[in-house]
Order: sequence, then C-alpha cells, then structure tokens
Amino acid sequence: MVKKVVSGNYAAAYAAKHARVEVVAAYPITPQTSIIEKIAEFIANGESDIQYVPVESEHSAMAACIGASATGARAFTATSAQGLALMHEMLHWASGARLPIVMVDVNRAMAPPWSVWDDQTDSLAQRDTGWMQFYAENNQEVYDGVLMAFKVAEHKDVQLPAMIIESAFILSHTYAIVDMPPQEEIDEFLPPRKPLYTLTDFDNPIAVGALATPADYYEFRYKIAKAMEKAKEVIKEVGKEFGERFGRDYSQMIELYKTEDADIVFMGMGSLMGTVKEAVDVLRREGYKVGAAKVRWFRPFPSEELYELAKNVQGIAVLDRNFSFGQEGILFNEAKGVLYNTDAKPIMKDYIVGIGGRDFTVEDVKKIANDMLKIVESGKLDEEVDWFHLKR
Amino acid sequence: MEIPESVKKRVSIPFEEHFYAGHTACQGCGAALGLRYVLKAYGKKTIFSIPACCSTIIAGPWPYSAFGAPLFHTAFETTGAVIGGIEAALKAKGYKVKGEDGIMVVGWAGDGGTADIGLQALSGFLERGHDAVYIMYDNEAYMNTGIQRSSSTPYGAWTTNTPGGKKHFLEKRHKKSVIDIVIAHDIPYAATASIAYPEDFIRKLKKAQKIKGPSFIQLYASCPTGWRSPTDKSIELARLAVQTAYFPLYEYENGKYKINMPSTKKEPKPLIEFLKLQGRFKYMTKEDIEILQEWVLKRWELLKKKAEIFG
Repeated sequence: MVKKVVSGNYAAAYAAKHARVEVVAAYPITPQTSIIEKIAEFIANGESDIQYVPVESEHSAMAACIGASATGARAFTATSAQGLALMHEMLHWASGARLPIVMVDVNRAMAPPWSVWDDQTDSLAQRDTGWMQFYAENNQEVYDGVLMAFKVAEHKDVQLPAMIIESAFILSHTYAIVDMPPQEEIDEFLPPRKPLYTLTDFDNPIAVGALATPADYYEFRYKIAKAMEKAKEVIKEVGKEFGERFGRDYSQMIELYKTEDADIVFMGMGSLMGTVKEAVDVLRREGYKVGAAKVRWFRPFPSEELYELAKNVQGIAVLDRNFSFGQEGILFNEAKGVLYNTDAKPIMKDYIVGIGGRDFTVEDVKKIANDMLKIVESGKLDEEVDWFHLKR
Repeated sequence: MEIPESVKKRVSIPFEEHFYAGHTACQGCGAALGLRYVLKAYGKKTIFSIPACCSTIIAGPWPYSAFGAPLFHTAFETTGAVIGGIEAALKAKGYKVKGEDGIMVVGWAGDGGTADIGLQALSGFLERGHDAVYIMYDNEAYMNTGIQRSSSTPYGAWTTNTPGGKKHFLEKRHKKSVIDIVIAHDIPYAATASIAYPEDFIRKLKKAQKIKGPSFIQLYASCPTGWRSPTDKSIELARLAVQTAYFPLYEYENGKYKINMPSTKKEPKPLIEFLKLQGRFKYMTKEDIEILQEWVLKRWELLKKKAEIFG
C-alpha cells in the first residue's frame, strides 16, 4: 500500500491510471482541470500509455468516449457543471448503448451567475440519464470510487456508465492522504474489460443504436431498468470485495454513522457529510442522540437501506446541497418518495445548505439538530423546506 | 450471373458487395449508391459511424443492418468526435488503422450533420489529425426530417422551410463551402466526388485509405424526394452538377489543388440544364437563375485560379 498526499483531482487521475484506462477524451473546465493535467503528465512521463484525445468540447469528450468504449476500450473522462450539462445528450447515448464509461464530475454550481464552487445540482440534473452516481466524501473515496465504478459498470449484468462525484475545491483542490494499493493487487481486483460486443468483430458485424420501433423500444428501456436494479447487488458485492482486498468496506450504499440509537439522523451526500460526522461526535458528547446517513450511491437509489434506517428513527434532516426549482431539494424529494408506500414515516425536513459553495459548518449542523429536535418533540413540522443560510 | 474475367479486368470498381439488399432508401437515392461504393472500396474491415440522417434509416431498423461491416449509430453533431474515439481505441488496442491492411474508420454524415450541427466536431476531428475518413454526403437539405434548408442548400432552392409562396421566400444564401473550411485545417487529403462518377469516387476513397491522417470527401448525392426530380434522373443530375461546374470534382492533396472535372479547357454547360430537371428550382425567377449562374462561374474561376497557383 502506497500512501500519497494528493488532491481529490489527483486521486481521480491516479485511479484512472491504476484502472488501466485505455482512452481518455476530455475538455478542460475549472475545477476539473488538474485531473486531465495529471493524466497528461503520466503520459508525458512514460508512466502510462493512455490514448489521450484533447477534444474541442465536453459534448465531443463524451462522444469520443462512447466511440472508444463501443470499440472495446476502457474509457474515462472528467468534467464539471456547464461541461456536464453540455454532455447531457450523450449521457443518454452512453447508457442507451450500454457502455461502461466512467466519469468524474466535480460538483460545481451552474451559471448564471457564474460560480465555480461546490453544488450538487449539476450532477443531480443528470439523474435520469441512466448513469450510476457515487458521491465521494473525501479524496480516498474519489480514488476507491473510480476503481469500483469500472468493476460495477463493466459487470456483465450491468453494462452501464458510472459517475464518481466530488466537491469543487473542498475535495478537488484539497490535499489529503490517499491509500493506493499496489498495481498488481488492483489488476487482480479489476482485470481487463471483457466487452459483450465490440465494433471490431468483422466476421459478425453489429449495428449499435439502430432505430427501434414502438414494438421494441420499450423492452430496451426495461432492460436498462433491470440492469440498474441488478447494479445494487453488484455494487454491494464489489464494495465488499474491495473491503476484503484493501481494507475499506463499501458494501453499504448508505454509510451509517452512529445511527443505532439515534432519534435524529442527518442525511446527505458528498463532502459535507465529513462535516456532519464531526458534528455528530460533538453533539454526542453533549448528549444528543444523533447520527449520520451518507448516501454514497444516488443511482441506483438505495431504497431498501433507506427504509431500514427510517424505520428506527424519529426524524431525518435531509441536507441538500442542490435544489429542484418548483419542488424541493432533490435527495429530500427522492427519500420521501421511497418511504411513501412503507410503514416507516419519520418526520422529514429539507435543509438547503452549502449551495454555490456557501460554507457549511459544525455549528450549522448543531443548529439543525436543535431545530429538528424541537420538531420531533412537538410533532409539528413548521416547514418542509428550509433555506437554511438565507440572509434575513 | 458469373461476370467474365475479361470484364472484371476492365472495371476499377470492386465487384464484391457489402451493402445488402433490403436497405430502406427511397428510389433513386444517391446516398444509398454512395454507401455501396464506400463498402465496395473498403470492404468489411471498416467501422462506420453514422449520425442522425437518412442513412440512419437506410441502414435498417433494429435488429437488421444492410451493412456488411460494423456500424455505430450516433447523435447528430458527433460524427467527428465518435470516429476520433473509435480510432483512439483501435490504437490503444494495438490494431493497425488505415493503410492497405488496416482497419478503416469511416464517418458518414449528411450535409446538415456536417455543415451545420456537426461542424464543430468535424473541425476537432480534422485538427487533431485522427486516422479516419469523413464522408459528407451532400444532398443539400435536411432530407430525413422532411426537406428543410441547411447551410449547404443552394440559392433559390425550394425547401419546406423556404417554401416560396407569395413573398418568394426561397433560400437566400449561397451554398456554404464546407470543403474550403476543411482545407483550412491543412489536412493531408480532401476531395469532392459524385455518385455519377463512381470510378473517380473509388479512386479517391482508395487514396484516402493510404494517406496517413484525416481525409475528407464531400460526395454529391442526388435526392429525388427532396429535389422534386424524377427517380431515374439521379445520375444524370449528379453528372450535370459536375458538367455545369456547379459541383466541380477536385482534390486537395498536401497543399496542391487538382481539378478532375469538368474540363478547364472549355466553358462549363449552362446551369439551367441542371436546374430545369428539378422541381425545387421551379420558383426561381430569371433573375434568380442569373444570380446563381454568376455565383457558380465566379466560384469556378476561383477554383481554377487555385489549381493554377497551387497546382
């Protein structure tokens, strides 16, 4: 095991190299740039023989990855915010053509107004594109996430693309220790890709993506739905194997932190959950019975795990670093929907936090804990959605 | 029927077929002919990518394919990027790309998918120097969506969104010269070709195969449906487009221009011969025809100058 002090972006680049990615097609955007710079450096140093395609847009980055992946290569890219939005059409193409491309998205707020800071709305707006989504809490999870994502995506029963998501600057440009297993152990965990089909079988030429009439299109979509369902099992298996090999277990799609006896649970995704865990420790010392639930995988959505958690708590404070205009925070919306047809009915409140890189601190979590306790004790929910930081 | 060896020897077009019966092109479709020639020239060791266009449909619906070679259907604006990705993957996997025995990677896109929505990806593909061939089959409008004008539609043409009418609302802009934009990228090989001259087209395809780096061919492909022309006039129209110098055939190879057709020694045929066979030009006034004729001759003179100076 090699320990390196690296940024989240460098962790992503190392993971791509260690995953023996064959083609990278990418376009620069702040704060993603140091991922593709580092990969270029690997190539320049002779450390990697990745085919690097410096495309003229993110739309073409995804299109080139699609071409490469359909030809049988392990393809990787990275982007952020506007770039991800520009890719949108091709995200559907990647999943529709069942191509196990892995991409790192650095969560960044959508413009206007311009912002380069952390916000989950860019990736969550891609919710329905048929991509798996993994939200990393720290640089280690960025690294581990990329390695696992390839294994899950390339699984014969999954064959869907995956997005590993990290926070702008908070992770992308902040250095931390990342454990990197020896290459041969990674190779054992992640052998070369075995595509189910490729464009290089000239004796059995295939046509991918041809017109499907209403008599067939429906079944194509059903198959993706089933593959996404199956991905839950594969994610847990791969996460368990990862833990057995490298000592960090990812068999749970929701990581639970001190929730066993908790009355109130803070639920959220990504780097802000690091702050929340620290706040849980502080609050526990002060006698609060609180815990944290970090949703690692947003797609496929861990409905069963959420139900198991929700059964035993009185209140869930959902922390959404995102918003769906005309509705509410996206994680809140999803979680409520999951529980509707169940007997688990904790009080749930949506706290809109950290949008556009607004600081979210341990003190903030404490405030939310007190607010939520009041609601749970009184049984009265004052409002469903709380724009928590608003200057009033 | 067995073709005698003596005949085979005289014909430069391969007899082998890799574009099969059962494709769904309209009668007299120039694009279908073009595809047949590309597959004849390159054979089955060719990977195609085709964006949204008539050829998406021509290739056949799932689970069929009229292609005897692998085909990746892609989104409208992405041909250049997808073939770039395919080529990168082939190189990563250690395959030989292009050349006599290498794998051919072919982007096959219409004029809308090339001159308009796909121009950026085309530019990126050319500029990055991928070893692949990009073929723009030019039928001068968005035919698959129902004959809407593209930037490759000629002056005076009727289309469904330049419908003529009382206000004489026809295409008001001259045809965009995509090949000039392509040549500005300083690529090794670019050429125009026509379905009326298959030997010339195949020779150009073969040349593109041998040359390292990106190649581009703009193929003039008649569309009786969109041009409102008789289906048995497709070849004749494509030939007249060349003979009138409306669509001259030429090559740009390593900085040098070479005109193939029509002859530079004599006057091209009058444009009206090309126009009069097509319903799409029937709303043009005498003045419109003069404007278009003048433009054609001006462009022809310019091309001749280029061939003279950079020949």
